[in-house]
Amino acid sequence: MITAEDLTVRFGAGAALRGVSLRLAPGQRVGVVGESGCGKSMLGLALMGMLPDAAQMAGRITVDGADLSAAPEATWRALRARRMAMIFQEPTAALNPLQRVGEAVAEPLRLHLGLSRDAARDRVLALFEETGIQEPEAKLRQYPHELSGGQRQRVLIALALACDPGLLIADEPTTALDAHVGLRITDLLVRLTRTRQMALVFISHDLAAVARTVDRLVVMYGGEIVEEGPVDQVLSDPQHPYTKGLIGARPPFEPGHLRRRLPVIPGTVPGLVDLPKGCRFAGRCAQEMPQCAGTRAPKVQTGPERSAACHLLTEAAQ
Amino acid sequence: MSALLDVRGVSRVYPRPRRVLWRAEPPLVAVDDISLRLERGQTLGIVGESGSGKSTLARMIMGFEAPDVGEVRFEGQNLHDLTPGALRALRPAFQMIFQDPYGSLDPRRPVGWSVGQPLRAMGRAHSTRAVHEALERVGLSPAAATRYPHEFSGGQRQRIAIARAIATRPCLLVADEAVSALDVSVRAQIMNLLMELQEEFALAMVFITHDLSVVSSLCDDLLVLRHGKTIEQNAAQRILAAPQSDYTATLLAAAQITPQSHAATAKGQSP
Amino acid sequence: MMRRLPVNLILGGALVAVMTAVALISLVWTPHDYTALDISAKFAAPSATHPLGTDQLGRDVVSMLMAATVNSLTVAFVAVGIGGSIGTALGLAASAYGGWAEAVVMRLVDLGFAFPAILFAIMLAAAFGPSLSIAILAIAFINVPIFARVARGAANQIWTRDYVLAGQAAGLGRARLTFDHILPNIAAPLIVQATIEFAVAILAEAALSYLGLGAQPPMPSLGRMLAEAQTLMYLAPQLSIYPGLCIIAAVLGFGLLGDGLRDVTDPRLTKART
Repeated sequence: MITAEDLTVRFGAGAALRGVSLRLAPGQRVGVVGESGCGKSMLGLALMGMLPDAAQMAGRITVDGADLSAAPEATWRALRARRMAMIFQEPTAALNPLQRVGEAVAEPLRLHLGLSRDAARDRVLALFEETGIQEPEAKLRQYPHELSGGQRQRVLIALALACDPGLLIADEPTTALDAHVGLRITDLLVRLTRTRQMALVFISHDLAAVARTVDRLVVMYGGEIVEEGPVDQVLSDPQHPYTKGLIGARPPFEPGHLRRRLPVIPGTVPGLVDLPKGCRFAGRCAQEMPQCAGTRAPKVQTGPERSAACHLLTEAAQ
Repeated sequence: MSALLDVRGVSRVYPRPRRVLWRAEPPLVAVDDISLRLERGQTLGIVGESGSGKSTLARMIMGFEAPDVGEVRFEGQNLHDLTPGALRALRPAFQMIFQDPYGSLDPRRPVGWSVGQPLRAMGRAHSTRAVHEALERVGLSPAAATRYPHEFSGGQRQRIAIARAIATRPCLLVADEAVSALDVSVRAQIMNLLMELQEEFALAMVFITHDLSVVSSLCDDLLVLRHGKTIEQNAAQRILAAPQSDYTATLLAAAQITPQSHAATAKGQSP
Repeated sequence: MMRRLPVNLILGGALVAVMTAVALISLVWTPHDYTALDISAKFAAPSATHPLGTDQLGRDVVSMLMAATVNSLTVAFVAVGIGGSIGTALGLAASAYGGWAEAVVMRLVDLGFAFPAILFAIMLAAAFGPSLSIAILAIAFINVPIFARVARGAANQIWTRDYVLAGQAAGLGRARLTFDHILPNIAAPLIVQATIEFAVAILAEAALSYLGLGAQPPMPSLGRMLAEAQTLMYLAPQLSIYPGLCIIAAVLGFGLLGDGLRDVTDPRLTKART
């Protein structure tokens, strides 16, 4: 079980995260969506204890009940070796081009688990099979450039799974891949979380990829969680104006929408230092009220497992 | 009357470098016998993933590259039979917008200079007013003309690129992944702008994308490409409603918001 | 936010600024006429009238060094200017037109790299007699392939950019695109290269003059001062040390400046620094 409580990350005058809380149970898949600059990658790095040096963090992160907010780098390193893993958007950049992919995956096995060369090789082979890498025996001896983008991403997933982590953070894992390859990668992630009882944080701007992968959806804007809940409920009945805008701005699939204008969210995502003090979405929201710009909207419980932070909901509750 | 754009059986083959010294690699067939027609005011979506040949096709439609076989006819003229001078004279009528709003504007030139470039190439010396009009048309202030690309956000830069493309009042616009690099909210703004411009100027568009989720509101017809070959070619609404190939169906599935928990329960799997 | 400038840029810039200032001053004023002989005051020790003393013919060393600096800088400037322009033009043309034109230019460039400049200068001197113009020509010659290669490499990258394609879509030809987009965007690496080649040119001029293939008497030159002082090594070692130090300062100054400029203009290195 991994939790984040009231996490705030600042860079000088800019707030990258504000009051973010998240709970991850084993086997749970949480999707984090939002546009670029809304803090989703920062949340992933914070959970991994990999924030840049310039970041000041407040709040609590616990792993299996132990508070890690002030833990030294060595503790984090040990955790990252065994308990949590991360995969990124660009599988090419994350692999050493001069190392055979079999050796790359064997390295953490031998280093952290102390496996012998042969034992490590067998484990790598099993991991390659588990992650659906074709001709795993032959792939062991290949270099990253000899693999396709999808196969490289699978190698990275195998690498991430090497030490049997309880949490996998996937930051835009499908963005650099072709759509039909991305589809298979998300299928694989779902299967792995089920068989291994591993928690997954799936960070992406691609609503479609997230929707088909996760069971819980977190919508971020301006470094805050504006809405969260079971994925089908949030998508079919969004409650925060930003979530509504985000879903509404997607062209519908049904016929008869040719040249019909799309509903838009006016303006663009503001920079970290230009964020409004109150509700982060103030200034772009169609339903803005006088109190929005000045005061932060409290989180309102709108269902058994749902919440959203918006003044409209606060008013409706009263 | 002939179609505005008529591409007839074009193919393009690239030689591949040898991997071993003594054996030539078979050449890469980037585009394999593709035909398409586009009328004024209509939009054709070309859907394909990396390596599908969609960019090569775009380059041939734009006259940057000649097909090995087949012809590209614009207003009845075969682009690749024209003299360089005649092709240049025809260029204001078909323009292009690109995927990367950061790479499509020269960082060392003010925005107004870039937008005015096609006008100057046409020989319109006093183009300042036309530049300001084009900028206003895409929702930017004329004051933007003196600023540099790095001062603008991705969405604004894409507007600038569109202003440059429409400055000469073209009748065909080739958009190569023009909204793919943009965030959802900005993407909707740019797509609306393209729809408005299309109606205003009776603009025909070739809209190239890998993402089927954007075609329903923009495209009359669709051409699905894979490995340089046509997989499916039909009215967009028909393809979206009932894709005829597995490949198109997969792309469609990848673009649709269907919560996985739904999909799983529908298939009767336990979560 | 103001980034800290690299040390080599500051140091190089300062050295170059001092050199240039000295050279400019010498055009209107030197302590003494550098050609004025005064045999009675030969090998004079440093004094108020002759801050660095006099040489074997009683000429004021400071005045000679100042005038020689002008000479060095002019030769370097003209030679790098000529060689750089021709090389850049060749490289840009090769990049713009590709195909056999590119192949021919680049093979010629390879040929140029294979040909030693000193040998070229000796050949020219044998044919036309030694003179400063021969030295300039020889130094310009070595710069042509260097700039052709740098310009072509940088230009090839710019040609792949979408804004160049947009210019092509606007109906502009390759020559026009080269001036509108390519040249402005490769200016930074070219300037860096020019600064570094400046240092090389100063050294080359000194070497050629030392061999008697460059500046002819009575024109002062660092290389020739060194050559003349060589025979007097035991008598007056300071006479070879002064021009030597000047050459070191000039080469070091331009070299550091070039490195520094590259550090601030190359985004890859900028990222690594911050």
